[in-house]
Amino acid sequence: MKKKFKCEVDCANCAQKLEDAIKKIEGVTDAKVNFIMQKLTLEAPDEIFEDIFAEVIRTAKIIEPDTVISEK
Amino acid sequence: MTARQKKLLFRILAALVLFVILVILEKTQILPEKYNRYLFLFYLLPYVIAGYDVLRKAVLGVIHGRMLDEAFLMAIASFGAFVTGQYEEAAAVMIFYQIGEWFQGYAVGRSRKSITELMDIVPEYANLEDEEGNIEQVDPDDVEIGSILVIRPGEKIPLDGEVISGDSMVNTAALTGESVPRQVRAGDPIISGCINGEGLLRIRTTKEFDDSTVAKILELVETASEKKSRTENFITRFARVYTPAVVAAAAALFVIPGLVTGQWLVWLYRACTFLVISCPCALVISVPLAFFGGIGAASRIGVLVKGSNFLELMANVHTVVTDKTGTLTEGNFIVTDLIPAEGVSKEQLLLAAARAEGMSSHPIAKSIREELFKERPDQAEFLKTPEDTENVSGQGLIAMMEGSRICVGNDKLMQAEGISYVHAEDPAATISYVSQDGIYLGAVLIRDTVKKDAAQAVRRMKEAGVSRVIMLTGDRHQVGEAVAAEIGLDGVRSDLMPEQKVEAVETLLGDLSGRQKLAYIGDGINDAPVLTRADVGIAMGSMGSDAAIEAADIVIMDDDLMRIPAVTGIARQTVRIARQNIVIALAVKLLVLILGAIGAANMWAAVFADVGVCVICILNSMRLLMERGD
Repeated sequence: MKKKFKCEVDCANCAQKLEDAIKKIEGVTDAKVNFIMQKLTLEAPDEIFEDIFAEVIRTAKIIEPDTVISEK
Repeated sequence: MTARQKKLLFRILAALVLFVILVILEKTQILPEKYNRYLFLFYLLPYVIAGYDVLRKAVLGVIHGRMLDEAFLMAIASFGAFVTGQYEEAAAVMIFYQIGEWFQGYAVGRSRKSITELMDIVPEYANLEDEEGNIEQVDPDDVEIGSILVIRPGEKIPLDGEVISGDSMVNTAALTGESVPRQVRAGDPIISGCINGEGLLRIRTTKEFDDSTVAKILELVETASEKKSRTENFITRFARVYTPAVVAAAAALFVIPGLVTGQWLVWLYRACTFLVISCPCALVISVPLAFFGGIGAASRIGVLVKGSNFLELMANVHTVVTDKTGTLTEGNFIVTDLIPAEGVSKEQLLLAAARAEGMSSHPIAKSIREELFKERPDQAEFLKTPEDTENVSGQGLIAMMEGSRICVGNDKLMQAEGISYVHAEDPAATISYVSQDGIYLGAVLIRDTVKKDAAQAVRRMKEAGVSRVIMLTGDRHQVGEAVAAEIGLDGVRSDLMPEQKVEAVETLLGDLSGRQKLAYIGDGINDAPVLTRADVGIAMGSMGSDAAIEAADIVIMDDDLMRIPAVTGIARQTVRIARQNIVIALAVKLLVLILGAIGAANMWAAVFADVGVCVICILNSMRLLMERGD
């Protein structure tokens, strides 16, 4: 499943770091943090998508405490 | 500006005002001598106002074991300045760092907004008509295929569909950059994102919103910046090593000379100037922002670029290969001459040809039909599909019609059928010979007209840096040469079967060296394999054609050839801006690093190298987007 989220990040480098970190989460097929559009595209298997998304939020809080990820 | 940006701006301004007051008090020595030892505390105030969140982030970063976090580095650099007694600079570093952050957010927000405004094609509602004729305003997302929508004058077409009643001029400017409205009547297809003119239209939707042109285009533009250019990938990789390298250099600069000279404070200060420059943000943002701007500028003239990488490739295009029919020519075939055999009337010849072609949608068949109806409108009802037709690839067709065998095709077909025909000569025309039951009836000469601005477009492409323009065509050699001469092309490959076009492109690709790229321009309908094979596939006249939008890398919504030199120019400017940014950012940072190491640059210079350069690069990148196009 591929889904888009609103993702407020402060700087381009932070977005890149966030993308790198999310890609490393186990189970994530692909992830993109588009700083210019302030969007996160997350791709992961359907059955574990919810868990992965929760993990993404946790990771984001660690990498960039100011990040806000929300459903569009 | 978002609420977050407003809050940050307010904090920055407050800190800045306080900071300026303190500097004035200190420099003019209004402040009594005895307070000087509290100066540290005074400067701490604007410092904390501006940077408390940075400090918080720094602490969190350390807890999570991330020492190379920018917030942490900024905190260390400013702490270092406090330790060495440079209170003023410590506060300044934090305030200016935040100004840089704020500006980055603001600039990107502006760019995003100007792109979405540009793509102001999203319909907010649809007027759905139910069986009783009642009209209800609904979300375009909820409209099912086959629904009837009413579009009032001035409203946006919400979904792709077909006009069932009404007559109007629609404005396609938001999609194609073309300002001349297009006429639509009952039966015509209509595309979402266009704006209805004066008439009231009723349409039946043929697609859901997600599959409609508007949704597709938006999706394309939004994801285009995710397909990264080589320049951007280079910068991303560079940024990953840049920060650790500068931090390591700072540590070395503090420890080694410190041990040797024992002047710890001097070297701590110099090491801190290094840390201020260690953030690669200017580089990381300015390159994608430049490409984003380029993609935005292109979409303003009705050209969709599907990725930053394609814009970059377009800047290096050396050879442009183009299809003939429908790309360089209008694709409107017209019968220009009829040469009947002895004892055959023109009408007989035309009728036989038209019968064989039946209701085929092939452009040649259409032109023959139109010519016939011009003379004999009454024939329209008699034309029917032949009982059996055989398409002989590269030759023509053979049709069985009420017991007789009609052949329509070129010399090869006549020879293969053993028909004694009279060879006709016209360099610019496609010639179809017609025979019925082995008897030669005559020749039909059909011509396609070259687009008005084709020659000018080719000239402009050359001015924009393209070295050669070559045409591929399935047509005869003479026809190809005639068109090439008229437009001023550098070469023609004619008599090509569709699959040979790929081979021709491969041969041309083989001629290129190094960074030179090849672009192929076609209508995207029959030439998907060629579009894919070229470095950059450009589809023209694609409005509403999913196949073309799918296969191409760059999509030109209308069929205006002048868009090609225009987008080449935009691509070149984009790449130039991205390179300028890299050079400016690296040169300034390197210079300040060197000066900082030998003690010739203070922390103010470092702040400029960080924030100042970031602002300059962002402004430079936004140039393309802010320029108002024609």
